[in-house]
Amino acid sequence: MDIKDIIQEKNIVYKRTDHLTDKALSFCPGCGHGTVHRLLMEVVEEMNIQSKTIGIAPVGCSVLAYEFMNVDMIQAAHGRAPALATGIKRLNPDKYVFTYQGDGDLAAIGTAETIHASNRGEKITIIFINNGIYGMTGGQMAPTTLIGMKASTCPYGRDAERMGNPLKITELVAQLPGTYFVTRQAVHTPNHVRKAKKAIRFAMENQNNGLCFVEIVSNCPSGWKMTPNQSNTWMAENMFPFYPLGDIKVPEKKVV
Amino acid sequence: MKEYKLMKGNEAIAEAAIRAGADGYFGYPITPQSEVLEYLMAQKPHERTGMVVLQAESEIAAINMVYGAACTGKKVMTSSSSPGISLKQEGISYMAGSELPCVILNVIRGGPGLGTIQPSQGDYFQAVKGGGHGDYKLFVLAPSSVQEMADFAKLGFELAFKYRNPVLILADGIIGQMMEKVQFFDQQPRITDEEIIKKYPWTTTGKTPNRERNIITSLYLEAIVEEQHNRKLQEKFKRMEEDLMFEKIECDDADYILIAYGSVARICQKSMELARANGIKAGLLRPITLYPFPSKQISGLAGKVKGILTVEMNAGQMVEDVKLAVMGKTPVAFHGRMGGMIPSPEEIVSALKNKLIGG
Repeated sequence: MDIKDIIQEKNIVYKRTDHLTDKALSFCPGCGHGTVHRLLMEVVEEMNIQSKTIGIAPVGCSVLAYEFMNVDMIQAAHGRAPALATGIKRLNPDKYVFTYQGDGDLAAIGTAETIHASNRGEKITIIFINNGIYGMTGGQMAPTTLIGMKASTCPYGRDAERMGNPLKITELVAQLPGTYFVTRQAVHTPNHVRKAKKAIRFAMENQNNGLCFVEIVSNCPSGWKMTPNQSNTWMAENMFPFYPLGDIKVPEKKVV
Repeated sequence: MKEYKLMKGNEAIAEAAIRAGADGYFGYPITPQSEVLEYLMAQKPHERTGMVVLQAESEIAAINMVYGAACTGKKVMTSSSSPGISLKQEGISYMAGSELPCVILNVIRGGPGLGTIQPSQGDYFQAVKGGGHGDYKLFVLAPSSVQEMADFAKLGFELAFKYRNPVLILADGIIGQMMEKVQFFDQQPRITDEEIIKKYPWTTTGKTPNRERNIITSLYLEAIVEEQHNRKLQEKFKRMEEDLMFEKIECDDADYILIAYGSVARICQKSMELARANGIKAGLLRPITLYPFPSKQISGLAGKVKGILTVEMNAGQMVEDVKLAVMGKTPVAFHGRMGGMIPSPEEIVSALKNKLIGG
């Protein structure tokens, strides 16, 4: 059998979703953002909700999400995406609204918006990318930077006494009555990618039951000054013990 | 004949917002404007018209809720007072940069800092020169009565959508708290989702197969593109002169002109009468829009009069714009009170005599 006999429409087992634009991703090689972009857009496609979906991407590496996600999108100010999402969903209850935020955005400057949108139980989905560093501005310390972890604003490693402790905001959010589903996932292996996609799907499907919150612990090869492979190994050895993967708050009937 | 109601300015603008078909209001309590949110909540607008009213966790969250809702073509407003308006500036700059309509009410209190809860006009510069970061303007309306508080809610939405720009209603503690008679326009229907898609094709209402995705952003990474965007905005700000509004009272034979806006213009009307009773031919020019500013009209008057007295409840802010309009053609003097103090009609006449007429 010739290869041309195999490469045929009828033999397609997987293809890139057209809910991603043709624009080449601007993320660094090995970064987890691209995978999460794809999963989210695959979920929108599979749920057939493109015409009802509004996304919000605030400041940070997430800011250019509107270049790649083929849905109506809004660029928000740093930390404010959950407030925008509140305004949109309250006035457009038939829409699916998601925010796509990094750790500096969601867990530092936007803490108030994150906590209060979660506590009110806004009917939205929050996708939270936690890589423990400010990627876009060049590797500064984030609210989620681990103790001892180096960043450009803690070049000798984070020290709790001088710089404070890393914030487990996902555990915090899970305590609030307004959240319906809170989970922490990763996308560094095919197995984890499959689990993360299930979580995102559940979070989009159930947003009208209460705020659904999906943290993705991700790598940042450039910010961490590592190769993609090194960064994934480092993440598994250092990030996961502090940010353990798995569901944190699940409704009674849970499918993931 | 339509019924008159006796209401506070803050209540009147809230009632008018419901009647203007507003879809949403997001706010946070602060004196002297908390009656806006209180009145709206008491009215159950979700039952009256389906309007959404939400008390946000902060002024910052409130303006960003407005930002989000405005992206979907809805008529939305927020209100606050000076320190709260400072907090909103980031969101206001984003909305101006992203060309989004909304109505913002600032019931000014004395500042700087926490200041006082009494009336002031100390936020003039912040209102008309942009307020937040970047080169932008708001369309600024300055009501001088409870009736105008009501009327400007409706007009504000019309202008906001005409220009795709935030409209700021700049009131002060007197206008917000004072009770006056007010007549309301009839209830207008809220816009439907179908109408939004037809009238405002730029809105993020969900990408359908027959159009490209809509993106609302104020980010342009290429400098040349950002400059083009800025030029387009500046042309729009210039075009706002189409909707310039001002009021001239007894200016035709006047030797001296008082220029004041908002509640101070009401006080100046009395000063003008007192001056005329004393044989001083005084007139009053009241800018109703502070941006666009009636520079041409002021310039025209400047060539005909012996002097202009600008009166404000601040240290002298609008007077700078008056001087730019007058360009030295006639003397321009200033009288102001600060920190929540209100000038009396008599002290304004004294200022006119002492600073311009002499003797």
